[in-house]
Amino acid sequence: MDVTFFYGALLLYVVGTVAYLLLLWFQGGPLARLATAATVGGFALHTLALLTRFYAAGRLPPGNTYEAISFFAWVTVLVYLGLEVRFRRHVMGAFVLPIVVLTALAAATVPKSPGGLSPALDNTWVWLHVTFVLSGSAALALTCGVGLMYLLQERQLKSKSLGAMYYRLPSLDFLDGLGHRALLVGFPLLTAGLITGAFQAQAAWGRVLTWDPTQLLSLVTWVIYGGLLQARLTAGWRGRKAALLSVLGFGAVLVTVLGVSVLVGRPHVFN
Amino acid sequence: MVILTVGLNHTTAPVEIRERLHLPEAALPAFFERLGQEAGVLERLILSTCNRVEVYAVTDDPEQAQVAIPHILAEGTRTPLALFEQKLYRHQQEAAVRHAFRVAASLDSLVLGESQILHQVKAAYEVARAQAATGPILNTLMGRALGVAKKVRTETGIGEAAVSIPSAAVGLAKTIFGELADRTVLIVGAGEMAEVAARHLKGEGVHTVLVAHRHFDRAVELAAQIGGRAVRFDQIRHELLEADIVLSSTAAPHYILHRADVEELIRLRWNRPLFLIDIAVPRDIDPAVNEIDNVYLYDIDDLEGVVAAHREARERESAQAELLIEREVATFFRWLKSLEVVPTLVTLRRHLEEIQEVELAKALSRLPELTPAQQDVVRSLAHGIVSKILHHPTTELKRQSVNRDGLLYVSALRRLFGLRD
Repeated sequence: MDVTFFYGALLLYVVGTVAYLLLLWFQGGPLARLATAATVGGFALHTLALLTRFYAAGRLPPGNTYEAISFFAWVTVLVYLGLEVRFRRHVMGAFVLPIVVLTALAAATVPKSPGGLSPALDNTWVWLHVTFVLSGSAALALTCGVGLMYLLQERQLKSKSLGAMYYRLPSLDFLDGLGHRALLVGFPLLTAGLITGAFQAQAAWGRVLTWDPTQLLSLVTWVIYGGLLQARLTAGWRGRKAALLSVLGFGAVLVTVLGVSVLVGRPHVFN
Repeated sequence: MVILTVGLNHTTAPVEIRERLHLPEAALPAFFERLGQEAGVLERLILSTCNRVEVYAVTDDPEQAQVAIPHILAEGTRTPLALFEQKLYRHQQEAAVRHAFRVAASLDSLVLGESQILHQVKAAYEVARAQAATGPILNTLMGRALGVAKKVRTETGIGEAAVSIPSAAVGLAKTIFGELADRTVLIVGAGEMAEVAARHLKGEGVHTVLVAHRHFDRAVELAAQIGGRAVRFDQIRHELLEADIVLSSTAAPHYILHRADVEELIRLRWNRPLFLIDIAVPRDIDPAVNEIDNVYLYDIDDLEGVVAAHREARERESAQAELLIEREVATFFRWLKSLEVVPTLVTLRRHLEEIQEVELAKALSRLPELTPAQQDVVRSLAHGIVSKILHHPTTELKRQSVNRDGLLYVSALRRLFGLRD
């Protein structure tokens, strides 16, 4: 049942994404309403999918790779919808929703049965670890989307050739500020996630480093974002370089969360 | 009943003719009066702006009106008809309505997408309505035209991009900085363009305007005019640390700002973005400065290019606006068609006869014992009631339909009886 809801949500997200992308070239009240309506509808179905999974499994998601990716996509949509309400800018959807669709598609390819967690992992630490990491990743997904928008807008301003998109994208100042704030939320969450993960590893296996690929990649990710935050706060980094690093950092997040589990087929320890 | 527009605009007539045809507001009552009496016009309105003079009219005799309107306009403005007759365009029905919508939506303007025309249409309509020159058709037409214009503005980007150089510079500044409220502008040198752009920026609420000039007293003078503060020319380096937007237009024969200067500057500024506008010829700022991160340099040619891009953007958006207008024209004529008297009367009669038949069938099925003769009596009773009820509204509606407000009766009748086509 919950998987059906999830597919329904995915379908609506695809509709929303197409509408948001079209809005980059065509302005239109009906198109904008369609984009928002599809995304809100998808989000409602997605919420339903997570809730029914929670009842069926008898524990809080996320408890496996599918639930983890699904939860990440859900938080990302939640954050995006919050921003759309706050800033009334549909253009951001064209850069955030594709990330949601991409990850939700990845979630659709992995096994979805609510396989039970091994008792060693069924505790609050694990739940905190996963929730922190995935919420942090959602905030970082936003820095990536905003970073892409910054790079596009900056390119147009520098090259002095203003395309149709120039008129839809927000100001550089807005994009840089939003990316910075999202980083200020995402990085501490990611850090908290890594620390709780380390605690858990210590408790379950008696050592912090398990040489699990996901663990190593997440350290790489952490270093990239840590470096970016450091450069922003102490070296006055902003603009193009910061945007580039945000996009690069999120590439590392995707490899960490999706690449290892989905492509290599060696899921991060869930059981 | 025909909707008609007769007029000329910036594409058909030069300003010398357009200005002669302007009617002062005091002359309008007499003008409207004559249009009614001599041109056989039921409803009328005149839109007179610096780019167009147009009469909108509703008449039963479009041939007569088309000839009479230019005559009355010529006499009213004491302009020989021969001077402008060749410049006139005449539109009827769909074409006239489309024209009204396009004018209000600024698709027919000299500067595509300008917003002033909407206010001018509204004012012209209010003047005509205040003098009872309009009626139900023009009232609806103008209401729709204003609605369409607003829809075009919100649903297309036709009015978004600035199409003059100073306002294009302001638009770029907003794309870089977002809100301009706490920004600082530094003007280096003097010049009309710099001054106009500075005023535009001031209008957008920039916090501080600084003025530097080789001759300090000139800087003081200019600063006083714009409401800024004069700074010493040799202090520019220092002021550049604070300024966000720089307008440079000195008469210097060589670059006054080099790449190395700006690299150093941006480091000291902690990478805060800097928007440099070089409107001097020869240029004041080394073009290589644009390659530095967080620095945006636009010279006069770049700004011209931006204005051209903005014009193209408006053209692109206008295609969408034309589609929107076609839909609205169709909607308007559906409404207009519903106001025709004869079809309305036919529909009303059919409606009542349907009720009559249904009720008769019901009654007769409950009275199986009636003889054929008695059934006829019941039938003619029902028929008589329907005919009597219809008689007065039918004659009255036909009588009223020749009056200007007759349409109101038709529309009220349709609504009261719930008549559809």
